[in-house]
Amino acid sequence: MEAGQEVARAPAVPVAKTGGGGRWRRNLTGWGFMLPFMAAYALFLIWPVILMFKYSFTNKSLVGTGGSQFLGFQNYGRIFGDPAFWQSLWHTVWFTILSTPPLVILALVFAMLTNRVGRGQGIFRFSFFAPFVLPVSVVCLIWIWMYEPGFGLIDGVLGGILGNVAWLGDPNVAMISIVITTIWWTLGFNFVLYLAGLQEIPRELYDAAAVDGAGAWAQARWITLPLLKRTTLLVLALQILASLKIFDQVYIMTYGGPNFTTRPIIEYFYDQGFTAYQIGYASAVSVVYFVIILAASVAWFLFSRRREETV
Amino acid sequence: MSGEGRSFLGRSVSRRTFLGGAAVTAIGLAASSCGPAAAGGGGRARSIDYWNLFGGGDGVRMVQMENQFRRSHPGTKLNAVTLSWGNPYYTKLSMAIAGGSPPDVAVMHLAKIGAYAPAGLLEELRPEELSRYGIGPEKFLPQVLDFAKYDGRIYAVPLDTHPFVQYYNRDICRKAGVLDPGGSLVPMDSPGRVMKVLERVKKVTGQWGVSFYPNDSAGPWRLFLTLYGQMKKGAPILSHDAKRVVMDDAKAEQALGFMAGLALRYRVMPINMDYGGSVALFQNGQAGLYWNGEWEVTTFQAAKMNFNMVPFPKVYTYKAAQADHHSFIIPKGVDPAHKRTALEFISFMLKDSYVWAQGGHIPAYQPVVQSEKYRHLEPQSNYAGVAKYVVTDPIAWFSGSGSDMEAHASGIFQAVMAGRMSPRQGVRQFRAYLQQEVSLPKPY
Repeated sequence: MEAGQEVARAPAVPVAKTGGGGRWRRNLTGWGFMLPFMAAYALFLIWPVILMFKYSFTNKSLVGTGGSQFLGFQNYGRIFGDPAFWQSLWHTVWFTILSTPPLVILALVFAMLTNRVGRGQGIFRFSFFAPFVLPVSVVCLIWIWMYEPGFGLIDGVLGGILGNVAWLGDPNVAMISIVITTIWWTLGFNFVLYLAGLQEIPRELYDAAAVDGAGAWAQARWITLPLLKRTTLLVLALQILASLKIFDQVYIMTYGGPNFTTRPIIEYFYDQGFTAYQIGYASAVSVVYFVIILAASVAWFLFSRRREETV
Repeated sequence: MSGEGRSFLGRSVSRRTFLGGAAVTAIGLAASSCGPAAAGGGGRARSIDYWNLFGGGDGVRMVQMENQFRRSHPGTKLNAVTLSWGNPYYTKLSMAIAGGSPPDVAVMHLAKIGAYAPAGLLEELRPEELSRYGIGPEKFLPQVLDFAKYDGRIYAVPLDTHPFVQYYNRDICRKAGVLDPGGSLVPMDSPGRVMKVLERVKKVTGQWGVSFYPNDSAGPWRLFLTLYGQMKKGAPILSHDAKRVVMDDAKAEQALGFMAGLALRYRVMPINMDYGGSVALFQNGQAGLYWNGEWEVTTFQAAKMNFNMVPFPKVYTYKAAQADHHSFIIPKGVDPAHKRTALEFISFMLKDSYVWAQGGHIPAYQPVVQSEKYRHLEPQSNYAGVAKYVVTDPIAWFSGSGSDMEAHASGIFQAVMAGRMSPRQGVRQFRAYLQQEVSLPKPY
């Protein structure tokens, strides 16, 4: 439909006069401008992906000097009997399950509250977005000190109630601690998206609803939420993908520990490929995860398209 | 006793005057060492690339030594690159060598030789070649040089030994009554005595006896190997060819039992502390003793603490302490001119390693260890003898500083210390992990 609109606007440009040659030249210019990007894309994304598939069938090593042997599906077979793979895959999924709902719901709640503030909205927008600007290492170092058992800020405040909690050292708590840090750090991004969505909703709808006697709750339920559906779908999709890519916070805060209870799948590739030099096996693990994410993305795409059509 | 703190300050002034002197003598040394190098045939490179992984106090000292090299070798351009410690460093180094664009000289932990030398990533260094630069095999302790060898050939020049040691806070320990009249710690030569000392210290601090970092990818491994090595001489974990697990399970279990006892039963050591937290605990006086590598000496000196450092107590049968060694390696494929300049650089750094020793590391180059200056360097020289009986990681492709094995072992041992599994289960899980690793084909 959008393409149709493009065509309808096209005659305004003097393309018709120059005919086919001009169109060809315009095409060429387009390709020319895209070329630097496409070259980088091919070199740093497509080519490595091809290599990943290729290496996944070999025992390629990081430090190896000899040729790599072709192993067929041996690496893939090893994955299915590898408890560490399933464990780290589950950690990634578990992180996504724990982090996505609060990151979406809290962002929506804070955006709605901020949107109602008349004066000084800028302060709220800045405060919620500010942590997102910090580099991950800074965020993690701040929180590592806050989580420090015994003398950290959090134990200082909550120690009287909860006793000494090993926020990053206890396998039952470590993942939750990482989720809390992640929420504090990245909430601002979803918040800004929601705020933009809220500001596109025409004021008149609320005025009309108010005239009809709808209270704040009814307005939120029947106007705000339905009109934010597209934003929500976008926020959800971006959030799930971001959570499935969890690596940095875990690597810095717990190094996957204690005893590998927080190690996400991406750290597992990293450990296998770079620490243990087994590029072949790490590639096979990456391929499996690649396929899982791809399947999830396609399912999500189909689901959200159907949802949008029903709007 | 705060006079002790001031004497550190005094020493730092005299260090500066010493450095001035060192620079002058270094120029002389360099001038003399240039002679034989030039005579050795072939030219020298005008510039060399040098990679290292030193941050913190070590980083400051390394830069200081690099600058002294630059001053004494005006004709050589030294490009020094510092990369982040551990895993990322070794990844980059092996990829750079395998990819054909390595630095001319780099720092490496000797426990990594087993992963690098057999993969053909390192240049062999012949004894006569080293002797030409004044750093021949006789200048090192044989037991240290052994770690630089693979299949009997030398692949690295050791710079230091950095063992696991014991720090203690003099004020707290005096109050606890665990110092003898001479100011030394009372003997801690059995598990029972260790507990007794730590319990008395805990009464003074009100929190912990000894600070440590169980929540870490290396800490529990360092403590375990120290204790295990004290029961089983040489601390054999894997067979020499790294194809069989030869760990003595009963002794390993005993070591883990001791570690768990400290944390769980006697509660004299924190269970969930991480590295940064453990440094802070000792520095804030929340623990009277501290078990860690010697490299934090600068932190506590800078904090003007009244502390001392001694070898890790001999709790069991043998003297032993986990350690690794920093060394210099020359990557495979470096051309002869660059290799010559790199050797000149290495030789200079070793002869200048008194500067390095101030960071706590025990110099590997014996003339420095035997020098008057080093013998008067306290507390660093207190534990210099440890270099003779250190135990290191088993030599295998998956071991060494920052390796998968250290992380695995530490994770399991921490779980034991936290009471999430028994020492026996811990040993069984560690053995199963080792068994799986040794059965995998070597990745090169």
